Amino acid sequence: MNATARKKANENAETMLSVEHVSLSFGGVKAIRNVSFDIRKGEIRAIIGPNGAGKTSMLNVINGFYHPQEGTITFKGEKRSDMRPHIAATQGIARTFQNVALFKGMTTLDNIMSGRTLRMKRNMFWQALYFGPARREELEHREYVEEVIDFLEIQHIRRQPVGKLPYGLQKRVELGRALAMEPDLLLLDEPMAGMNLEEKEDMSRFVIDVSEEFGTTVALIEHDMGVVMDLSDRVVVLDHGVLIADGTPDEVQSNQDVIDAYLGISH
Amino acid sequence: MLEFIIGLYEGFLANPAVEIWQDPAYFIQNVAGGLMVGILYSLVALGYVLIYKASGVFNFAQPMMAIFATLALIMFHDKVLFPAIGTGYGLTIVLAIIGSMVMMLILALLVERLMLRPLVNQPEIILFMATIGLYYFLEGFGETMFNKIANSPVPMESLGMEIGPFFVGGVMFQKVDATAAAVAAVMVILLAVMFQKTSVGRALRAVADDHQAALSVGIPLSVMWVVVWVVAGAVALVSGLMWGASAGAVDFGMVFVALKALPVLILGGFTSIPGVIIGGLIIGVGERIAEIYWSPYLGDSIESWFAYILALIVLIYRPEGLFGEKLIERI
Repeated sequence: MNATARKKANENAETMLSVEHVSLSFGGVKAIRNVSFDIRKGEIRAIIGPNGAGKTSMLNVINGFYHPQEGTITFKGEKRSDMRPHIAATQGIARTFQNVALFKGMTTLDNIMSGRTLRMKRNMFWQALYFGPARREELEHREYVEEVIDFLEIQHIRRQPVGKLPYGLQKRVELGRALAMEPDLLLLDEPMAGMNLEEKEDMSRFVIDVSEEFGTTVALIEHDMGVVMDLSDRVVVLDHGVLIADGTPDEVQSNQDVIDAYLGISH
Repeated sequence: MLEFIIGLYEGFLANPAVEIWQDPAYFIQNVAGGLMVGILYSLVALGYVLIYKASGVFNFAQPMMAIFATLALIMFHDKVLFPAIGTGYGLTIVLAIIGSMVMMLILALLVERLMLRPLVNQPEIILFMATIGLYYFLEGFGETMFNKIANSPVPMESLGMEIGPFFVGGVMFQKVDATAAAVAAVMVILLAVMFQKTSVGRALRAVADDHQAALSVGIPLSVMWVVVWVVAGAVALVSGLMWGASAGAVDFGMVFVALKALPVLILGGFTSIPGVIIGGLIIGVGERIAEIYWSPYLGDSIESWFAYILALIVLIYRPEGLFGEKLIERI
């Protein structure tokens, strides 16, 4: 499916998540001011903006690391004044981080397996025993994880501690851990930062495949405009915590406020 | 100068070697004794490693937890259960262990609620300071609660432990020490399997590595902290019982012996379960042998400083310890 066809399909899709009038401040610093937008089921939604625009803060609000002072977050029809990380994870929101947050001492396999935590049905007591039903369950989850590993083409590093891997591969493992959660909404914080062209192309391909094959809704923060324009169905632009534009890549690109925000205005 | 070197050689190597050659049984006797003491050091150190691995907190209060848990068990046993139901075919001791573990569970819940949760994402040194506070709280609270039973012996009979020596091939062992060693070995195996093979262990390692990432995959941080503090409480209880059994009685002074767990940690590495076991054994044997064969040259009480010097040397050449994870940081 090409991008235009996908956009058409999404236009009538239901809303998966919407943030309404969200404001977040740290002491006197206003990180987000009265921002509202929505994410539709199945789309790839980009959040862009200059440094310090409040993009990462927005993701942190969505998955509950930050609690906004004002506004609401509605996910799957349930309206909340703030999220909690555990609830977000349970409800199907997975994420990656700007500065890769992997479990560095653990292997690729263990890192991705940790994404299955919430899918484990046995309680702690059984899991701690290692034998019997817990062992069988572990093996079932292992199968799913192997599929994720195949999908991301990282078979060759499955036994290596991730702390020693090159940056590009770490980002891929982190995506794998998020995918292992079988999320409905995937939040990617600069998935291509610090990558070379080839790695960026690989990562773009994975994001599109995730969206098309699994039907996962994706919200991503990205600085590379080429990537944003190619990948995303709709784009939100933030600047100094304020939403200055929201629309298709073409609309956003020609928006005067956006151009000013990126290039600066002459006074 | 040459004379000095020859003197060193004679004193530290040649003479001990001759002594060992002349009386090998005495040497083996002391190695065995050292191993037994070492395993007790390892047990205390194990409690530190567990909490450090799972929450990045160096729990200064660990030895105090051991004394607290053991005194709680003795109190339940001697003052509550034994007068009521006698030995009760082992029921007394089982109930006393459960009672003591319930206290450790309550402690874990309180620690998580009142100490760890408000301090989440704070620097490690802040959490360390908080555990020093916990140490003094447990000491004060424990002295108030257990002042009637401090200096009581561990209920050996109820635990099925025997006192006295036994001989293997002419070498004398204490039964208490052998039991402690066996219990420690079983515990280490159980913990190693739990950490490396089960999903709870994986979740614990994940929490230790990165709080935010752990939260993002839905690992319940607070539950994991309670789990690890309860496990550390169980280790504390076992190590307190074994120390008490081999020392004869349990009181708050035992905490100073437990300080030996620190060089054990440095030697073995803060994050390695096998490391602290081997570290404990090395220090147990090393200090005993040094005391016996070097005291004519270095004076008595080598046992009180040997472990620390050894730890210092390890710190200089291998700061992560013999088995600890090397820290890899991207700059």
